[in-house]
Amino acid sequence: MADLRSNTGGIRSPNPFWLASAPPTNSGDQIMRAFDAGWGGAVWKTLGSPIQNVSSRFGALNFRGTRAVGFNNIELITDRPLEVNFREIAEVKRRYPDNAVIVSLMVETEEEWRDIIKRSVDAGADGLELNFGCPHGMCERGMGSAVGQEPKVNERITSWAVGYSTVPVLVKLTPNVSDILPHGRAAQRGGAHGVSLINTIKSIIGVDIDRFVLEPRVGELSTNGGYCGAAVKPIALHMLAQLARDREFQLPISGIGGVSNWRDAVEFLLLGSSSVQVCTEVMLRGYRVVEDMIEGLNTYMDDKGIANLDGLIGKAIPSYSEWGNLDLNYDTVAKINPSSCIGCQLCMVACMDGAHQCIHPNPDGTRVPFVDESECVGCNLCQIVCPVPGCITLEEVNERLPPASWNQHVDSGATLRAKKGVH
Amino acid sequence: MPESSPCNLSASRSENVFEDFKPAYDEKQALVEANRCLYCFDAPCQIACPTHIDIAGFIRKIATGNDRGAARTILDANIFGMSCARVCPVEVLCVGECVHNHQDVPPIAIGRLQRYATDRAVEEGWQFFEAGASTGKKVAMIGGGPASLAAAHQLRRHGHSVTIFEARERLGGLNTNGVAPYKLRADTALAEVDYVLAIGGIEVRTSASVGGASGPSLADLERDHDAVFVGAGLGADSGMDVPSADLAGIYGAVAFIEAFKTGVVDLSGVTHAAVIGGGNTAVDCVRELLGLGIPVVSMVYRGDESRMSGYSHEWDEAKVEGGRGVWRAMPVGFEGVGRVTGVRCAELDADKKVLPGRELTVPAQVVLLAIGQSKLGSLLAGLDGVELQNGRIVVDATGATGRPGFYAGGDCANGGKEVVNAVAEGKAAANGIHVYLTTPRQGRE
Repeated sequence: MADLRSNTGGIRSPNPFWLASAPPTNSGDQIMRAFDAGWGGAVWKTLGSPIQNVSSRFGALNFRGTRAVGFNNIELITDRPLEVNFREIAEVKRRYPDNAVIVSLMVETEEEWRDIIKRSVDAGADGLELNFGCPHGMCERGMGSAVGQEPKVNERITSWAVGYSTVPVLVKLTPNVSDILPHGRAAQRGGAHGVSLINTIKSIIGVDIDRFVLEPRVGELSTNGGYCGAAVKPIALHMLAQLARDREFQLPISGIGGVSNWRDAVEFLLLGSSSVQVCTEVMLRGYRVVEDMIEGLNTYMDDKGIANLDGLIGKAIPSYSEWGNLDLNYDTVAKINPSSCIGCQLCMVACMDGAHQCIHPNPDGTRVPFVDESECVGCNLCQIVCPVPGCITLEEVNERLPPASWNQHVDSGATLRAKKGVH
Repeated sequence: MPESSPCNLSASRSENVFEDFKPAYDEKQALVEANRCLYCFDAPCQIACPTHIDIAGFIRKIATGNDRGAARTILDANIFGMSCARVCPVEVLCVGECVHNHQDVPPIAIGRLQRYATDRAVEEGWQFFEAGASTGKKVAMIGGGPASLAAAHQLRRHGHSVTIFEARERLGGLNTNGVAPYKLRADTALAEVDYVLAIGGIEVRTSASVGGASGPSLADLERDHDAVFVGAGLGADSGMDVPSADLAGIYGAVAFIEAFKTGVVDLSGVTHAAVIGGGNTAVDCVRELLGLGIPVVSMVYRGDESRMSGYSHEWDEAKVEGGRGVWRAMPVGFEGVGRVTGVRCAELDADKKVLPGRELTVPAQVVLLAIGQSKLGSLLAGLDGVELQNGRIVVDATGATGRPGFYAGGDCANGGKEVVNAVAEGKAAANGIHVYLTTPRQGRE
């Protein structure tokens, strides 16, 4: 059994699976049930001046019969009295001393930050997470992503929080910026012990085409919300990796954004997360999903001979390079396995209309398409649309010119192979 | 499954002609099906399973590629998950309760997904469970079928040592000897037995008939062990008290099935066969005789088709394969000289009353009697505290009989149900025995 114990900037948990600050962490009762199910940590739903929420708060993106591949919300921070939250935090920590309880915070003035941090630490929080990411509602009041989009404000408030806190402070970053690096570095300059990312992405999840109103609908109005769920994972992975490979940025990262199962978690760890936070999949399926996450991660690590998370965190970062460094002489072509092909010809139409016109009807009259390897650019589109796993493979062409990147070509005239698919 | 023939099973057994009636899924099929599962909460399928496997949970694990986790989830609840995946009447258990049925969408093929995970566990020897720290307590199991083996495995997890006394030469009970081969073949059943025994510390004594010449007496068992579990199953096939019932070619159904599953039967020259009965064993026999190559096979039953106790979904399959029903017919004698040539039947009315003067003859050179088996409860007759009811051993929910330290489960207690019931009862009894052995009592050390 692999050692799954996790440490994110001094916040320790029995495994790297945390619940993100969100409806699943709204109360002590919920968080205790989550810990019973196996969650290693939980980020308490953001505390601040309690607010009033609207009715109708969530919307979902369905795609080809799969419900909620993407999800958005216009819910705000906690609407429960602060003293109730603090009493429950203390109760949870008393009953679950080994699980991590991180309290998410969002207030305005320095005095408010000082006060709410003291109360959180007094209640027993293992760490704090500064919510600089909420992209709806709270930002209209100068909080949330309004802070996260201004590095100087981010740095100043972070330094207040770190000054007042006796427990580790994470800064939760917003993805609603053009470049994540200045914002991660600002948190680092402010003295944060780590960052968490991504918060939700500004979104309109859909439009009611009969009423002509955005969704989710509040009467006859709506507003933009925060987008999350499985569909946002690629955006999260990019921002995570951007920070993780930055030489200047040195803080540990708690990864968030579309983690739905153990495979997703492994990807986040490989790109530099020390822990992962999950919300949407729990909202859709319940706390119970963590059992498979823990077991799947454990089995994966055992299979790979990886003893602990340190052996996994950041392992894929060295593979993240610039386009200009990619080998232009690397060459793959698509191969279709005729014995597993079911003859749908989705690869053919995709290649003809969406790629480089190198997959054709088979001259032998069967429905197994023919790949013109002299024209195939190895783009992967056929493999992506093929409904049969393993039927289409991209295989390396053996006879190749020596590796040559665009940068090498420009700098020293390295020889590039002849282009394919440019008929 | 291994091609070898454990426990001296003949490699040319008659059962080898049968193909799986539900072929195994490959990975892509399993993924498509697993991703259809809604992952219900407090799922009706799990409630319907006598062993309460976390079905939604294991299917989710298949969907994420956590196949070992899926197998562990299944086997933690039911160590016979591999054979149950094949032999369970899922249509009336888990699959019958799938919520997709309520929206006229095909229900999830739970049995086939379960087989996908558990086949690999047995083939690759994934072991998930270890014996508990030794308690020094010893438990004897009478019978070596699914009930006893499931109980033995669970007792080992609790740390008690176990000895199984099996009258036959092979373990596995009906899984080995009685289940229709298109569901489960004998070699597969024995491979699963080996998988169960791999937890270690289960002593096996085969060809050891408790209370008979080849085994210890009940008194010996009680003296030498701290508890006894009776999982002896059912006894011999019931016979018919009609003229010429001793003709060659007339067999008890269960004995016949055992003969062709573990060895070779010669049916050359047989063109017609008849099965007497209307239960699940009778339906199995019809399909088995057809599969063994007999062109015309009839099921002779006293009631109407609608009143037979065999599962209708299985009978429908039997009809597709060519099985014929002879309804409202009661055998009154057999025809033939030396060897049976037909079953002479009285015709009955809808209330199963004889219609005077109305007879018919069903031609058959082989007749299987699938009209029940004797009960083995008499094994315990005369033991103080053990109550019998129609030959069944009466037990409570923990498998306890009225005699301290005596437990029972499986067919000898339930009268004859599914493998999954035997497993559930064996496991419950093991937990009951564990409580019994670890709870201090007055008068005991």
